[in-house]
Amino acid sequence: MKVLLSWLREFAPIEGDPAELADHLSDLGMAVEEMRILPSLDGVVVARVAGLRPHPEADRIQLVDVELPGSVGEGTAGALQVCCGAFNMSVGDLVPLATVGTTMPGGLEIGERRMRGQLSQGMCCSAAELDLGADAEGIMILPSEFELGAPLMSQLGLAGDVLYDLEVNPNRPDAMSVAGVARDLAARLGVPFRIPVPVVSETGEDISTVASVEIIDADLCGRFGVRVIRDVTIGQSPLWMQARLTLCGMRPINTVVDVSNYVMLELGTPNHTYDLALVPGGCLGTRRSSGGERLVTLDGSEREMLRGDGLIVDRDDRPIGISGVMGGENTEINDGTTAVLLELAWWDRLSISRTSQRLGLRSEASMRFERGTDHELVPIALDRFCELLDRVTPGGVSVCSGRLDGRGDLPLVTRVRVRPARMSHLLGRPFSADELRGLLDPIGLQCAVLADDADGALEVTIPSFRPDVETETDVAEEVARHYGYQQLGRTVPRSPEPGRLTPAQRLRRDLRRVLVGAGLSEAMPNPFLAPDAVRRAGIDGAEPVRLLNPLATEESVLRPSLLPGLLTAAAYNSSHRNDTVSLFEIGVVFGPPPAGGADDTAADKTAAAVLPVETEHLGAIWAGGEAADAVHLTELIAAAFGLELNLENANDLDGMHPVRAAQVLRGEQAIGVVGEVDPVVCERHGLAQRCAWLQVSVEPLLAAASAAAERPYELVSTYPSSDIDLAFAVPDDVQASQVRSTLVDSGGDELRSVDLFDIYRGDQMDPGTRSLAYRLRLQADDRTLTDEQVADIRQRCIDAVEHAHSATLR
Amino acid sequence: MNGPATDTPASSPADVSPEALLASIDAARGQGLAAVAAASTSDELAQVESGLFGRRAALGQIKQGLGSLPPEQRAAVGRALNEAQQALRAAHAGAADELAAAARREQLQREWLDLTETPPGPERGHLHLVTQTTERLEDVFVGMGFTVSEGPQAETDWYNFEALNLPAAHPARSMWDTLYLDLGERTELGDGEGGEASNVVLRTHTSPVQIRVMEDQPPPIYTICPGRVFRRDTADASHMPVFHQIEGLVVDRGISFADLAGTLEEFTSAYFGKTISSRLRPSYFPFTEPSAEFDITCVICEGAGCQTCQRTGWIELGGCGMVHPNVLANCGVDFEEWTGFAFGFGIDRLALMRHGIDDLRDMYTNDIRFLSQF
Repeated sequence: MKVLLSWLREFAPIEGDPAELADHLSDLGMAVEEMRILPSLDGVVVARVAGLRPHPEADRIQLVDVELPGSVGEGTAGALQVCCGAFNMSVGDLVPLATVGTTMPGGLEIGERRMRGQLSQGMCCSAAELDLGADAEGIMILPSEFELGAPLMSQLGLAGDVLYDLEVNPNRPDAMSVAGVARDLAARLGVPFRIPVPVVSETGEDISTVASVEIIDADLCGRFGVRVIRDVTIGQSPLWMQARLTLCGMRPINTVVDVSNYVMLELGTPNHTYDLALVPGGCLGTRRSSGGERLVTLDGSEREMLRGDGLIVDRDDRPIGISGVMGGENTEINDGTTAVLLELAWWDRLSISRTSQRLGLRSEASMRFERGTDHELVPIALDRFCELLDRVTPGGVSVCSGRLDGRGDLPLVTRVRVRPARMSHLLGRPFSADELRGLLDPIGLQCAVLADDADGALEVTIPSFRPDVETETDVAEEVARHYGYQQLGRTVPRSPEPGRLTPAQRLRRDLRRVLVGAGLSEAMPNPFLAPDAVRRAGIDGAEPVRLLNPLATEESVLRPSLLPGLLTAAAYNSSHRNDTVSLFEIGVVFGPPPAGGADDTAADKTAAAVLPVETEHLGAIWAGGEAADAVHLTELIAAAFGLELNLENANDLDGMHPVRAAQVLRGEQAIGVVGEVDPVVCERHGLAQRCAWLQVSVEPLLAAASAAAERPYELVSTYPSSDIDLAFAVPDDVQASQVRSTLVDSGGDELRSVDLFDIYRGDQMDPGTRSLAYRLRLQADDRTLTDEQVADIRQRCIDAVEHAHSATLR
Repeated sequence: MNGPATDTPASSPADVSPEALLASIDAARGQGLAAVAAASTSDELAQVESGLFGRRAALGQIKQGLGSLPPEQRAAVGRALNEAQQALRAAHAGAADELAAAARREQLQREWLDLTETPPGPERGHLHLVTQTTERLEDVFVGMGFTVSEGPQAETDWYNFEALNLPAAHPARSMWDTLYLDLGERTELGDGEGGEASNVVLRTHTSPVQIRVMEDQPPPIYTICPGRVFRRDTADASHMPVFHQIEGLVVDRGISFADLAGTLEEFTSAYFGKTISSRLRPSYFPFTEPSAEFDITCVICEGAGCQTCQRTGWIELGGCGMVHPNVLANCGVDFEEWTGFAFGFGIDRLALMRHGIDDLRDMYTNDIRFLSQF
């Protein structure tokens, strides 16, 4: 929302340093995104066209003799000679002349130069060149009353004016107008605010003889004001109006459109004009569409209405406009228009919002209607339109007497009970009733003392321009805004409980640090995947969860596994000559909602059953690594958290190497997979080397870690220990971990550790077997073990392994 | 070592003259010194040791014969004997030290190492910047008495919007470009893309976690909700469809707007340092009232005005406000008894600011050359 300081001043005597005013605006919640003090452009002056001559060498440029008091130039009779590419001016016209030495708004410096051999002593300017209008074709023709030789900007009253670009929050419909901004600022500055009453001289016939209005759906349209204006001539608006509109971001079109926009900007009341001649009987009606109706809108596109969309219809119930969004082409103002039917309505906010969003038609008008316009301004804005159109039309217009004022359902006046104690509680500072009134009255929230109220409450009547203020809490924001957010105190509340992380949160941090210590770096791949990325990573199983409105097909499903993302990350690094990265991620993977859950959606939209299943996983990849890397990390994690994790060789695991993969077991529960990625999958991702991979479910891991965190101390024995080495020939189909587990089970209390220290496959072994050598450390807590006792344990272990695994001692 | 010579009675030749004894002492001394000098290693020195000291050594035997001398002659011989023995001991000890030192020198020469020629060892890994930033933020808030809450990333429309005072078709819903999930079930919820939507969204903020916390536990509540959030935004230098946010929620008796301002100020100086302060400006969010924008002193220029802060001296950090009574009511909290405030801001941007990273996308390429810098 752009506002000019000079325009604000038409509503309140706002004075002060522009930058300080900007601070006030920001502090009131209308953040100043840009402040521009308009240049005085003293070098651009009012000059008279004294003569026009063709350029001897060029058809597209003419020579203009420009008369300027006190200047003597190369033109006819001592006038300045300017080469000009525009042909819209006549001898005697006043035009803006950028004199030699002037720097233009765009940065161009005007110098004396020759064009095709002819001297040009300055530049005649178009509105666009001066940032004052849209017209870049013709030179600006200035009003004849302008003072010859005077700087243009001061003649336009713009020199030194300040343009603020404000960011207006959606809950401030009032601030979508010059008047509303002025009201807020005036209240802050403590100066009076007033919307001037427009003066309309009604010279035409009574409006009821030429127009009528009918509100068919009262819930759609709360108020429908109409005026009729005759003797309209469509022309260019005066410069001051064009300049204001341009500066505020609107393109000047013609008098009627410009006045319409000007009133919208000034009062926040969007309005629409029809060519009266094109509306049979001047009859306007409004109703909701029953769906399927078609209408060509002002932008030339044909729109199909859905049931419930708001329509403006003519006498024959034909659509001629979409309520509050855009008018129809068939009744548009055109160069031949002489009578204007002006509509200024108040629409239901949600209806406008729904229709404009659906059609993708978000206009300055719909934006204001969505936030809520001021229905009480309808007559004033109608009159303001007439007043302005009369002023900008040469010879004036004739306004039909009276207004039509159709009424539908308008919101009731809101009255809010405001307790000073509650305000003080919410804002953290005592506010008396008087203080509240002093802050609220100036912004139109009228306070009255409630008689015999136990809380000493005020009754605050909410004005029609603040539909966003509905409750006591909303009033608190107004109090805070006008008191000043920065002026309210600062206190720090203290939780009765100490702050802390949960055990799982602490352990998750520990887990990350174990991984970092093991040399892995944390990646954050995109959780969105292309539909085929899942299959490319060798993952079958259930269909991944799809997005309904993805940005791109490549990002249209939610990852069911961390593998595709980490493979992509490894491949990215590999393609940048870093082909041995080790990366991990701790992140959520998604599965479809639990079966049967979706049936309950109608009953309970909050039910967890409708949500996809989210599982937190740890994934780790070693590009160029081997299964042992992943196994070692598994052991490291187990050791770090005091857990026992077992591996069980497995083939047919999703995405895993057919013969180099295992499941990670915590007791009986499978909590992950470890090994290498299927070489076919690696190849598909452009990874030439092996990739080791570990994936573990975080929740069971941390739950186990949490349980193990308080494991009791095991006494360190002070008695000597004995080591024995045992090597077995073990068939390949027996996992080494099984042998180990047999040793642990049969060793008894005195077996303190079992280490696999040598593995041998080769000529000395029978085919299908390998040698596994273990070192067993034996020790008792209460005595030194005798040779006989050690021998006993040794024999027990040998017998157990040989018996359980068809193994033989070597 | 060897004990001192003592007067031990022993049988020895009876007719040994003192002169003869003195001569043999002299000879034994000369031989001993020669043997010590000849030893070139500690081992060799050890081998000659038994020939120098002890009863069976030459001097030892002479000493044993000392008793047969008449008492008046004993003193002179004894003195000579002691002198010889002391000379040998000194020579031996000197030689032992020297040989040990030589051996050490030789050993050190063999062990010489250029420590700068060590090949690289195992590397440490690196936590992602988002993790590092999140943990730093968590630590500050935990220090201020907050707990850390988590919740699902896919949420029902209720948790992400409705419970937050954003009923269906609320115009403010367009403040978020929402990603909807296709779970078969579809409803008409106006998502700005033709009105088709589903009931399940990827959370557009971590506010749903606040709702879940209020549903699950009675006040007082002092918690933060960091986590991953999703928007239907095309990736560019300052936007990602997937990014991270931290929100805070306090609900207690007598909580005021001043408490919000004070808490944010305390956080600001704890996280950014004493030179950085905070300010609040009026703003609008459907789930808070009064609402505010939360600015901090520009961390680049410390308020002097620079390009980063567009010469204002302030950087917009996030949004905040008093929890809207409708939100409290939706969670079954009596808003006359309890009031609260909430705030939220982006985690990714803090990481970018801290390290002067210009492009948010760099943080998500997972390039090891990026990751290993932090």
